[in-house]
Amino acid sequence: MLSVRKLSFSYGDLKVLWDIDLEVNQGEIVTVVGANGAGKSTTLRNISRLVKASSGEVVFDGVDLLRLEPHQVVERGIVQVPEARRIFPEMTVLENLRMGSFVKATRKDRARNMERVFTLFPRLKERERQLGGTMSGGEQQMLAIARGLMANPRLLLLDEPSLGLSPLLVKHIFEIIKEINRQGITILLVEQNVYQSLKIAHRAYVVETGRVVLSGKGQELLADEHVRKAFLGM
Amino acid sequence: MIVFLQSVLSGVLIGGVYALVGIGLTIIFGVMRVINFAHGELVMIGMYLTWIIFTGLAIDPFVSILISIPAMFAVGALIQKTLINRVLGALPENQILLTVGLGLVLSNLVMLFFTSDYRILTTSYSSSTLRLAGLSVSTPLAISFAITSAITALLYWFLLKTDTGQGIRATAQDRDAAQLMGINVKRMSLLAFGIGAALAGTAGALISPTYYIFPQVGGVFTLKAFVIVVLGGMGSVLGATLGGVIIGVTESLAAVYISAGMKELFVYVLFLIVLLFRPAGLLGRSRV
Ligand SMILES: Nc1ncnc2c1ncn2[C@@H]1O[C@H](COP(=O)(O)OP(=O)(O)OP(=O)(O)O)[C@@H](O)[C@H]1O
Ligand SMILES: [Mg+2]
Repeated sequence: MLSVRKLSFSYGDLKVLWDIDLEVNQGEIVTVVGANGAGKSTTLRNISRLVKASSGEVVFDGVDLLRLEPHQVVERGIVQVPEARRIFPEMTVLENLRMGSFVKATRKDRARNMERVFTLFPRLKERERQLGGTMSGGEQQMLAIARGLMANPRLLLLDEPSLGLSPLLVKHIFEIIKEINRQGITILLVEQNVYQSLKIAHRAYVVETGRVVLSGKGQELLADEHVRKAFLGM
Repeated sequence: MIVFLQSVLSGVLIGGVYALVGIGLTIIFGVMRVINFAHGELVMIGMYLTWIIFTGLAIDPFVSILISIPAMFAVGALIQKTLINRVLGALPENQILLTVGLGLVLSNLVMLFFTSDYRILTTSYSSSTLRLAGLSVSTPLAISFAITSAITALLYWFLLKTDTGQGIRATAQDRDAAQLMGINVKRMSLLAFGIGAALAGTAGALISPTYYIFPQVGGVFTLKAFVIVVLGGMGSVLGATLGGVIIGVTESLAAVYISAGMKELFVYVLFLIVLLFRPAGLLGRSRV
């Protein structure tokens, strides 16, 4: 469904991605794990075209994404829930959700999608008139995911959805991710919570300083010596 | 007491027009983070456009906004596409140079074609007055205020209720997040500059029956708009609306009670006092 080949990228003179290769198949949960500054977010920002790759290929269902503008990537069904939520602070929960279905083709499903995300996150329904900026971190994360779902994603890119949440909420968010995947949405998940994400992932990639150093089935990597040492403290 | 109410009323009426200028500047700033120092020149072009249509086609200034609004929108969109677009994300000093330069070019172009003579647009009602609850109001000011209110209401509806309007606000609040929603932020920037220019042009049209029209008149309005926008809170449409009215009333009261020549001074004193206590402006953050 999505294949990234030899993707390289620099911030000015600083090269941060070196020939990244990764593959996401329809229906999968694929996770990319790695330490701070490894280049996980930069990879997602390249896929969403927020930054312009210096070389390589990103192909989604036969379409070369590197020719597209960010909004065209969303129109093709790739939706990113960015790091740090990036809720529109001066908009209400409802307005944030409406922005999620800004793309013309998704507006007709707005009411249905709204109901769907309220079923997934009843808390949002209670707070529908609250301003995004005044919500708690956990609520903002729910809103960010819900807003992403409003766009009828075929592939959902999630950038550290568990960041800064309480252990209970982390568990809940991972449950939600599994549930979303069960509903037929393919997921590319970037995480520092290595244990939880390897547990739910079909396949996983480990990145270190801008390179893919390891890949395999989620369960396999959980058992991998290097992964256990580097990320799980075992 | 009558004098006081009288000057507050005329201050509010002229403040409405100032608000239009300020709202345009604040929308442009909100979406693009560029301060348009050529904003007053857009007001000036709106004045000349109205004057040309009036003298050439004998169309009333308040009717001719139906022509000048779309025309100024197109001018704004063109400026965005050809010039401003190139300096988005550039160093602030480059952006300032560009818009200041644009202002100079516009005022000098107008001078070239129309000389620096003062023009006056005299309508049958230019100096007539209406009586309103015991107060007298200049007829053109009253009409312009009614139009201003209608346009402002329409703009709020657009920004708060329509998808495109919300897209403009979303772009102003978080440009990257907006792109991730599938919002074409280049298009939103084009719309923002078009709307900003249309509002400035409308303000120019509305004051043309009561103001001298000359190529350098823009400078005053750039300065006023800047004060209004900072006073209201950068990027806040509600703040600019409020700021415009406050500036109008302050000027009007200062002109009556202190001296007409000093009214500007009081605007800046008020401006500094507000910033001293509220550095982010009256409404540092607001929904619109
Ligand atoms: N806007 C930027 N300008 C310059 N360098 C940047 C910028 N954003 C990120 N970097 C650098 O690029 C590298 C990769 O950053 P990236 O955000 O992709 O890491 P990450 O894997 O997502 O880390 P984290 O887990 O902390 O979010 C880092 O060294 C970072 O300092
Ligand atoms: Mg990151």
